Amino acid sequence: MKYMLLIYQNPATWETFSEEERNRVMNEAGEIMEELTQSGEWIGGEGLADPSNTKTVRVRDRVPAVTDGPFVESKEQLAGYCIVECETPERATEIAARWPDARYGAMEVRPIMEPGGEEM
Amino acid sequence: MSAAPASTFEDQLRELAPQVLGALVRRYGHFDACEDAVQEALLAAAVQWPDQGLPQNPRGWLVTVASRRVTDQLRSDYARQRREDTTGALAPRDELEVPDRDDTLTLLFLCCHPALSPASQLALTLRAVGGLTTAQIASAFLVPEATMAQRISRAKQRIKSTGIPFEQPAEDDRADRLGVVLHVLYLIFNEGYTATSGPRLHRTDLTGEAIRLVRMVHRLLPQDGEVAGLLALMLLTDARRPARTRPDGSLVPLEEQDRTRWDQAAIKEGVALVTDALARAPIGPYQLQAAIAAVHDEAPIAADTDWRQILALYDLLERLAPNPMVTLNRAVAVAMVRGPEAALDLLATLDADDRMARHYRLAAVRAHLLEMAGDRAAARAGYQTAARRTTSLPERRYLESRAARLRDAR
Repeated sequence: MKYMLLIYQNPATWETFSEEERNRVMNEAGEIMEELTQSGEWIGGEGLADPSNTKTVRVRDRVPAVTDGPFVESKEQLAGYCIVECETPERATEIAARWPDARYGAMEVRPIMEPGGEEM
Repeated sequence: MSAAPASTFEDQLRELAPQVLGALVRRYGHFDACEDAVQEALLAAAVQWPDQGLPQNPRGWLVTVASRRVTDQLRSDYARQRREDTTGALAPRDELEVPDRDDTLTLLFLCCHPALSPASQLALTLRAVGGLTTAQIASAFLVPEATMAQRISRAKQRIKSTGIPFEQPAEDDRADRLGVVLHVLYLIFNEGYTATSGPRLHRTDLTGEAIRLVRMVHRLLPQDGEVAGLLALMLLTDARRPARTRPDGSLVPLEEQDRTRWDQAAIKEGVALVTDALARAPIGPYQLQAAIAAVHDEAPIAADTDWRQILALYDLLERLAPNPMVTLNRAVAVAMVRGPEAALDLLATLDADDRMARHYRLAAVRAHLLEMAGDRAAARAGYQTAARRTTSLPERRYLESRAARLRDAR
């Protein structure tokens, strides 16, 4: 089963970190990625640019409206994601719990829909 | 020498792959290096044979080419080791002869060793026994090639580090180990069978590959009832594949399938296999599941299905291998024989089971029974619950359409 682990960060918390702390967090995440690559569980993942770079697109009556944002200050925001394939849902939450952002922000674990299915 | 089409070469190559690998591992040990060498030899053959024709002794050709690669590899490893001042040495062995024994089964036991993770067992079996490339396996399992390569190399490292020997399991362990092999082959089958769409990818080819591998095991162990049962189960299930999805990929439930599209040759073979196995071998769960599939497949229309016989088979299966999924399936048979109320009572017993309480299938079956009982509002709510719980896109689509049907018919 594939899972997306969504990384939620509070930019305000992140900004209070010293460079040393930031490096430690980055290294920690890098080590987990390396370990998951070795175990054959890592499928992929990316970090997202700061929310100030976000645009929202809506089409109403076939007219696209593009707006900047949303900018929600001092709240946990989606900062990146990892995709892993695990034997059990428990294993996916175990990985999420080890990700450094789980200590400062939150990790969300969501199963990815499978393209196959059983007839009933 | 003949100019056979490429697919014939490929079939022949993949049939030979485990035999060649077995011969190499017997001679050199070093499963890891031998497996890489065989892949390279298969690749060389896939390029050369269609062009230059089939060699007189294809197996000997592959063994020779792969041996050359493996000795080169081991020699250079040895030279490096020596430079690094360690004491390991490559023991020289006798000149190579191509043995006649078929090590395919030994190889399957190795690839499906319980010390390996299930994901690694699947990947290694398809590569080392099936002769598929890492890229083909990765695309069949919808993961990046690097991820699949890692699973395979990790499995090989584990075989090396735990010193798993290249031999068949001891007699007292054999039944359990064969059970793991069959389970791995069944998982490969299901991965392909449940695929409803997707890139040309050959995901559905996994069913063909699983059937080919079980056929191979059946040829090597013709007396084993569960091997025959699994082969029958795969054939009887796969026979329905042409009718189980619509062209847009949506699922068609068994009772609505166009049975004229079922593969009658596969049904005939599956029925013969399971009938024979049940008559002479100790009974087992694969044989019973195959027998249930056979009863479905033999009904020319859904209304002719012999539900009494299916219920009797589920009763046996539940006694032999109790498991909440079996209870769930038995409930459907109970509903068809004794009515939906009796079946709903049976489902109530599953609510206490942690594994099942939140499972979409429990909600889906309950909704189906409520619909049979005429409680449309509760059935609709049940289908919606099941649709939210499933993690499969086509299942969600099917369950949503069942819910919508009940709303529209109001």
